[in-house]
Amino acid sequence: MSNLTREETEALIQEVLEVYPEKAQKDRAKHLAVNDQSIEQSKKCITSNRKSLPGVMTIRGCAYAGSKGVVWGPIKDMIHISHGPVGCGQYSRAGRRNYYIGTTGVNAFVTMNFTSDFQEKDIVFGGDKKLAKIIEEIEGLFPLHKGISVQSECPIGLIGDDIEAVSKKGAATINKPVVPVRCEGFRGVSQSLGHHIANDAIRDWVFERDGKDTINKFEPSPYDVSIIGDYNIGGDAWSSRILLEEMGLRVVAQWSGDGTLSELENTPKVKLNLLHCYRSMNYISRHMEEKYGIPYMEYNFFGPTKIEESLRKIAAFFDESIQKKCEEVIAKYRPMVDAVIEKFKPRLTGKRVMLYVGGLRPRHVIGSYEDLGMEVVGTGYEFGHGDDYDRTIKEMGNATLLYDDVTGFEFEEFVKRVKPDLIGSGIKEKYIFQKMGIPFRQMHSWDYSGPYHGYDGFAIFARDMDMTLNNPCWGKLVPPWQKPAAEGEALQKAA
Amino acid sequence: MALRQCAIYGKGGIGKSTTTQNLVAALAEAGKKVMIVGCDPKADSTRLILHAKAQNTIMHLAAEAGSVEDLELEDVLKVGYGDIKCVESGGPEPGVGCAGRGVITAINFLEEEGAYEEDLDFVFYDVLGDVVCGGFAMPIRENKAQEIYIVVSGEMMAMYAANNIAKGIVKYANSGGVRLAGLICNSRNTARVVELIMELASKLGSQMIHFIPRDNEVQRAEIRRMTVIEYNPEAKQADEYRALANKIINNKNLVIPTPITMDELEEVMMSFGILEEEDESIVGKTAAQLAAEQAAAA
Repeated sequence: MSNLTREETEALIQEVLEVYPEKAQKDRAKHLAVNDQSIEQSKKCITSNRKSLPGVMTIRGCAYAGSKGVVWGPIKDMIHISHGPVGCGQYSRAGRRNYYIGTTGVNAFVTMNFTSDFQEKDIVFGGDKKLAKIIEEIEGLFPLHKGISVQSECPIGLIGDDIEAVSKKGAATINKPVVPVRCEGFRGVSQSLGHHIANDAIRDWVFERDGKDTINKFEPSPYDVSIIGDYNIGGDAWSSRILLEEMGLRVVAQWSGDGTLSELENTPKVKLNLLHCYRSMNYISRHMEEKYGIPYMEYNFFGPTKIEESLRKIAAFFDESIQKKCEEVIAKYRPMVDAVIEKFKPRLTGKRVMLYVGGLRPRHVIGSYEDLGMEVVGTGYEFGHGDDYDRTIKEMGNATLLYDDVTGFEFEEFVKRVKPDLIGSGIKEKYIFQKMGIPFRQMHSWDYSGPYHGYDGFAIFARDMDMTLNNPCWGKLVPPWQKPAAEGEALQKAA
Repeated sequence: MALRQCAIYGKGGIGKSTTTQNLVAALAEAGKKVMIVGCDPKADSTRLILHAKAQNTIMHLAAEAGSVEDLELEDVLKVGYGDIKCVESGGPEPGVGCAGRGVITAINFLEEEGAYEEDLDFVFYDVLGDVVCGGFAMPIRENKAQEIYIVVSGEMMAMYAANNIAKGIVKYANSGGVRLAGLICNSRNTARVVELIMELASKLGSQMIHFIPRDNEVQRAEIRRMTVIEYNPEAKQADEYRALANKIINNKNLVIPTPITMDELEEVMMSFGILEEEDESIVGKTAAQLAAEQAAAA
């Protein structure tokens, strides 16, 4: 349990809130809570998915980020046009480490930036003609692409371009799907709406498309599953897929890390959808359940405890042969897992962690820290909804901190008081906390490491946490005012 | 004389462009140096001065050249009757793109290129009928037009529009120096129109600066793509525009308008018999229902 008592944690929240003006205080109070495992519904303790207050430092993204950056971007054999001015596409290009197999620029395009590069004249006269031209040029220059998505940036919605009409016409011309996505950045309160819009676009423009390429050639088997909501960051989906395959399942589709258009199209024929990132892909999973009768199952491949739990839950859906192989898989990896735990747990046990991340990680990675004897004492979502917090309450200890859409100020103050041994968050937080002398891991990009999913991933995760936490550099961080006098003077002279 | 920037607003089709060009021609005739900036994608604000069908617009030339930065002032500025300088902002055809952004881009371009720095007495902005978005309010933002003239007739919708424009002016009057300078009444031969518009003007805290009677000479000039001033300087109508020009030259009556409520406006119209008293009992009733009621009453 956290070192702070419930009362102390509540007092800490009050203290942090005090600096805000009254209105902001009232609003932010709803987004900060002390965890209580006995609460059934998170809405009784925390509010989420609301507009961020102007003036606070939020680290949320926009709907375009949610659609292009998260859901559509990793689909490797399609070309995703960032439709609008150049910046949105260029500054988010290749930033998410969605690994893929393919020859970039020939049959895979994930790390490339395609943009309509809007100029003043495109705003005034509309960008429809330019978009039509781009679709044509893409077909000429990259003939092996399987389709195009049009990711709307803000101006598209403002000037009312009819990208649907252009897409339909373009699709007919190149005889490949062209998917218009209305993910203008100003829509919604965070990237979360972008996920939803992107899911709906798959439903309306991929599933409902006439003349699908592969669906009729696809021979279903009784063990077909899909991995949904795994973006293959640092290879996450691969280290997940291997476990499912070893237990006798056939992974038909990866959504969307290292995924293809054909995989999306084949998914409505699987037996079970396996949903990792609930936040970004629950919408399409629900749709497939309602429309095609395919159940979906949430799972967690972070850390051996959760992996075993998830593997057994998945196996229970299938017949005994799968269940038997599932146990074999678990047994097979146990010595490796034991060795990892034996090596790293003594070095990490008792260490306290604070998290602040996006879609699923604020709750999903808790288990892998616990497997190493560590404790998560604070967590929060950038853009979570009530159902995310519902799922989080049980994972977190009593009296731990929950913070939704945390502000820069709140996060720093919480850290100063809670004094965690490690913080897991994003690039925007990293250097602030490192300068405060606190070990930090990026938990969006795995700090350019990974994978962290699956048994293979757990070994890397454990190594990375140890490498960061027990790095000798932290002991050498001495601020100038604490340096011995002589050294301080020498520094001043040098300056 | 310091540069005076004026904008002409008014309901669509009321005769803004015709009035502006005739007025500007009269000003030029009186020796004033004038520029017209057309702020309407239709680009018909300068045709009577240039004798042209439609001038090449800033936005179209920018689109051809690549971007607006590639243009020079002389590419877009044409000189017509009485040395009047003419510019059209231009914009997309109806239903695509953003015409408002076109106006913003065009006016910024003119400022950056120093179009206003030349020796000018007047700039007139001729703006699209309805101020539908921020772009069409561009001419009345800070450091642009200070005097707004609203062209109005005795028709109900024209007066509604005038009152709405007055509301827009109030919004910008507080942050900048924009003022309502008067209503220009363009006659549609409706009864008691002079009194009506004077009444509206006084309610708005302003004046009816001039009443322009209807005269077919305007149409005769227009078919020849000319102003009356140029086509037939002897015509009576030319004198009307000269009178308007003279009043504007000497106009000191610049006010922050006091727009009135819908109810007040309707009252004014009712008192002049333009609008009938509303019968609340018939609201939302179909023809069949009303017929049935009438039958029952009879």
